[in-house]
Amino acid sequence: MTVRVDDSPQRLRRRPIRGTGGRTAALFLTPFFLVFLVAMIAPVIYAIGLSLFAERRSGLGFGGAEKVFVGLGNYADVLASETFVAGFGRLALYCVLYVPTLLCVALALALLLDAAVAKARRLFQVLLFLPHAVPGVIAALIWAYLYTPGVSPIVSALASGGIQVDFLSVHLVLPSMVNVAVWEWAGYNVIILFTALQAVPREVLEAARVDGAGEIRAALAIKAPLIGPALGVALLFTIIGSLQLFTEPKILSTATTAVTSTWVPNMWAYDAAFNRNNLPQAAAASIVLALLAGALSWVVSHLTSKGGTR
Amino acid sequence: MSATVAASPRTTDGAAVVRPPTPAGRHRTRRPRRRLGATLGTNGILVVGAAYMVLPLLWLVFATTKDASTLYGASVFTPGGSFVANLQRLLAEDGGIFLRWLGNSILYAGAGALVAAFISLLAGYAFDKLAFRGKSALYSTVLVGVLIPNTATVIPLYLLAASVGLTNTMWAVLIPAFCNPFSVYLARVFSSGYLPDAVLEAARVDGAGPVRSFLSVGLPMLVPGFVTIALFQFVAIWNNFMLPLIMLQDRSLFPTSVGIFLWQSQVQQNPEYSPLVIAGSFLSIVPLVVAFVLLQRFWRAGLAAGSVK
Repeated sequence: MTVRVDDSPQRLRRRPIRGTGGRTAALFLTPFFLVFLVAMIAPVIYAIGLSLFAERRSGLGFGGAEKVFVGLGNYADVLASETFVAGFGRLALYCVLYVPTLLCVALALALLLDAAVAKARRLFQVLLFLPHAVPGVIAALIWAYLYTPGVSPIVSALASGGIQVDFLSVHLVLPSMVNVAVWEWAGYNVIILFTALQAVPREVLEAARVDGAGEIRAALAIKAPLIGPALGVALLFTIIGSLQLFTEPKILSTATTAVTSTWVPNMWAYDAAFNRNNLPQAAAASIVLALLAGALSWVVSHLTSKGGTR
Repeated sequence: MSATVAASPRTTDGAAVVRPPTPAGRHRTRRPRRRLGATLGTNGILVVGAAYMVLPLLWLVFATTKDASTLYGASVFTPGGSFVANLQRLLAEDGGIFLRWLGNSILYAGAGALVAAFISLLAGYAFDKLAFRGKSALYSTVLVGVLIPNTATVIPLYLLAASVGLTNTMWAVLIPAFCNPFSVYLARVFSSGYLPDAVLEAARVDGAGPVRSFLSVGLPMLVPGFVTIALFQFVAIWNNFMLPLIMLQDRSLFPTSVGIFLWQSQVQQNPEYSPLVIAGSFLSIVPLVVAFVLLQRFWRAGLAAGSVK
């Protein structure tokens, strides 16, 4: 770390803490950047290095594997793999279904909670937030049981109404997974948006009401645009979160064969590392995912911060 | 958001104090019925939303009282008689390994949250209050860290840990838990919100050095921020599944999430594992639900701070 004192006179006059600067900053920042280096930067660099090599076994399989430099060969293999590309397709479809659903549900509930006629706001907030206290593994497990015919009250209720649904079938398992994630994260985002709504100046709403706008009109045309920045943050973290998809499909794969071992890119990388024992390919897949996810969230964060400063 | 819109003259006479405001005269006659409809509609939808959140948890509570045969078939929201038997079996299974998993979860999440919150607070404080060269470049690095999904670094972490022989140790789970760039971001927001520059200036005038003024003035004022950051980190570590699943092979090192998954993956062959999975799930969310209800003030503060850009 090369943090140095900035001792130009003007700078010192403006800053509240004088005579501190570099050495103190180094002291305060070193612990974080040390773990940051060990837990994020070094692994990624190591994985990039590893992804450039391949293990080749000599002719008859005698002797150990030897490492051969293959350049971007692993990346080419990963991107050419049908299962990897199919997994990315599923991940994209999941994001397209999940992100708008989650934000619409969260925004609608937050606006209702902020409506003048809403009762028992604190109680509703706690109840809506409760699923966030449930670990992802357990949320997925609960819903896996709630999707399983014979155990599920939902399936049997629908069946007694003459509707036969298999939530764990090849076609429905992806929307079923979206439902698990919405259940986990809707309340969390409701609270973020509701907090932002509480900060909307009341005079603005007064003015709208005097001008004849009803509650619903005021909510959609005035409140929602005013909490744009909070919506942007919610959107960004929802996208980053959805790209992590691993826990829910991994758990549901214990309940249905519709979820294969390479169902999403994270599972593909896991399968490459631990079932196919191809660590270089697993590394390459992880790097591809990290790059795409980082690029996507960077684009979204720039778009939303531009929208927010209008 | 600094939308300081001038209130129209008609509303300035004290209307802002009353909420909802008195409607203009011509609306008064048809107001009550519309209000009743709006009240029922709004609260009705909120009740449906709350039911969607709560019913699956309620199902889990009732399922914990049933044995493997009544779980399949019997009516859902009637309690069975096996609650105590299920918990006893859970705590006895495999030599009482579930308590060990619970202990591991508490250790990983507790130690991880305390250390991560403290080092994030130090860094957030430095980014907010200290002047040093390279500040914006370093802070950008932190923000890049926020943007990379955690799971994308799990396999690289495993590869690195394997190369130094750290897999299948608790350090493989703990060290990554110490690092959360988003906590640094939160800490910076808290530092600028809770800790006025003037207070630190006063400490400096009194002759306190930078470290002293942080420890004796800054830290006490940042305690609510510390609790909030630690709470969120605790939940994040407790919920983490992919990292411990990949890092640990020795089942006595598992946290509850991986342990329960291990049992769940045997349910297909042996349905007798179902009550274990359900009772284990139930027991492992009780502490979190209690913590969330008791620490409401802190998660509200965290979510409010997190939505500031």
